[in-house]
Amino acid sequence: MGIDQELKMTRPLSVQKTVSFTSAKHPARRLRRLREAVIESLLLLAAGSSVFVTLAIVFILVSESLPFFKHVPILEFLTGREWTPMFSDPKFGILPLVAGTFLTTGIALLLAIPMGTIAAVFLSEYMPARAREVVKPALELLAAVPTVVYGFFALLFVTPLLQKALPDLAGFNVLSAGLVIGVMIIPYVSSLSEDAMRAVPSHLREASYAVGATRFQTSFRVVIPAGFSGLTSAYVLGISRAVGETMVVAIAAGMQPNLTINPTEPAATITAFIVQVSLGDLPHGSIGYQSIYVAGLTLLSLTLAFNLIGFALRRKFREAY
Amino acid sequence: MVNTTQEAATAGGDEMRAEIRRLSFSYGDKTVVKSVSMPIYKDRITALIGPSGCGKTTLLRCFNRMHDLYNDTEYEGEIALLPENRNILSSDIDPIEVRMRISMVFQKPNPFPKSIFENVAYGLRVRGVKRRSFIEETVERALAQAGLWNEVKDRLGASALALSGGQQQRLCIARALATDPEIVLLDEPTSALDPISTAHIEELVVTLKQNVTIVIVTHNLHQAARISDYTGFMYLGELIEFGRTPGLFTKPKDARTESYITGRFG
Repeated sequence: MGIDQELKMTRPLSVQKTVSFTSAKHPARRLRRLREAVIESLLLLAAGSSVFVTLAIVFILVSESLPFFKHVPILEFLTGREWTPMFSDPKFGILPLVAGTFLTTGIALLLAIPMGTIAAVFLSEYMPARAREVVKPALELLAAVPTVVYGFFALLFVTPLLQKALPDLAGFNVLSAGLVIGVMIIPYVSSLSEDAMRAVPSHLREASYAVGATRFQTSFRVVIPAGFSGLTSAYVLGISRAVGETMVVAIAAGMQPNLTINPTEPAATITAFIVQVSLGDLPHGSIGYQSIYVAGLTLLSLTLAFNLIGFALRRKFREAY
Repeated sequence: MVNTTQEAATAGGDEMRAEIRRLSFSYGDKTVVKSVSMPIYKDRITALIGPSGCGKTTLLRCFNRMHDLYNDTEYEGEIALLPENRNILSSDIDPIEVRMRISMVFQKPNPFPKSIFENVAYGLRVRGVKRRSFIEETVERALAQAGLWNEVKDRLGASALALSGGQQQRLCIARALATDPEIVLLDEPTSALDPISTAHIEELVVTLKQNVTIVIVTHNLHQAARISDYTGFMYLGELIEFGRTPGLFTKPKDARTESYITGRFG
């Protein structure tokens, strides 16, 4: 509509109704205030619920762990080399479980971080947009496979395959569990890394190409450093997934607490122990029962520590654009 | 139509560094540059002017094969580098090698989120230059040429993003000069800058032509008139008029050129 028409359609000022201000007690204002208050509290409730649940979990883990530490000195727990809570002479040294967790996570990351990053570079920097729209969802589908399927895949397919190359490999072993977890978390790493790389503005890429850089040089010298913050988030999420992964290790790694750095042996992770023990009938309040909470608290502290490290790395090495 | 005879090749004693021959460029089925022919003289500043969307930036980006980075683009015709007379648009020429010889400065300053030093050294690093002393000398030389050395020599390790907009653009010019290019392309290099930084860059560009051939796209007619030796006026993808800058601005031959430079459209 033209401005002239609009002016013609406006009523003359003298006829226009004036709006008077209402007093604070006017019913329409009260209703409006009430409605705003209700909406605000609903929003607060939604936003606060996840914070509340997290705090509640931490509270329960800590409060159930405290009686445990009355029986077991904290130093013994942190440095003991045996974890046998169900034996008649129970030992509560968390190291074997932590070692198992680190070992599976380490193997998984050795596979997932390079593969995930390379896949992300390829998707973001090399692949034509149309092909990417097909390939990326297909890769993300890997994340949709139930973890129990990955567990049996590790035990019944990967282990026998590895045994052909390594005849001494135990039937239950950390190596195949770790590798399969690695494959499992590739889509998390690659998908988030790709998002981070694509968020790097194209004028930086053009600047790089304009002085004669190749695609490879542009990817590794400009795009990856500029997207480092997002890449770290991707890696930290991958680490958290690997540390918390339960089914694959419970099925394929053997559930035997074993202080070792040899990946061909069986071992148990913190998560595998929790699964194993929660399945049995443990009397409420017994030390075995409490040990689940202690293990859970340890796991939570580990993932929290990784997140903090990731946060610190991100701040230190960020190339903000 | 610009002739390509011997007399044009040595117009007023100027030597040709490159020649565009019937160049057309299209995105998909949209032709953006239509059969443009024009000379680029050695150690001179050639300005491309014209209203938005006339194809001047697209033409500039043909010079370093920037369009190769995107799909559905097609070149037709030639850009010949002289005196060797090689067509840089030919498919058997590696665009990377073209960009090593013809560098570019963009509209918006786009320094890498790296240190000042690393920004300038980047072109050498991607060529695999390792010698520390050579890199240091080159970085100093390029920063000095870009008129930035005195301002940054004490903080070469600081982030390039801490510089002002005008300084960032001069850094980008230094980055483009560090690899000793034969031609530097400037795509509206001052359009994102304040008047003082703009004046600074204009002075700089004029001093640069002692050593390097410059092609500059600009929206600013005064800028073209102030700094360039030759000007090409483009309209709707065609080169309407090309000539020495004073002549083109005072006695344009084409009515469209006259309308544009007197501000009747654009």
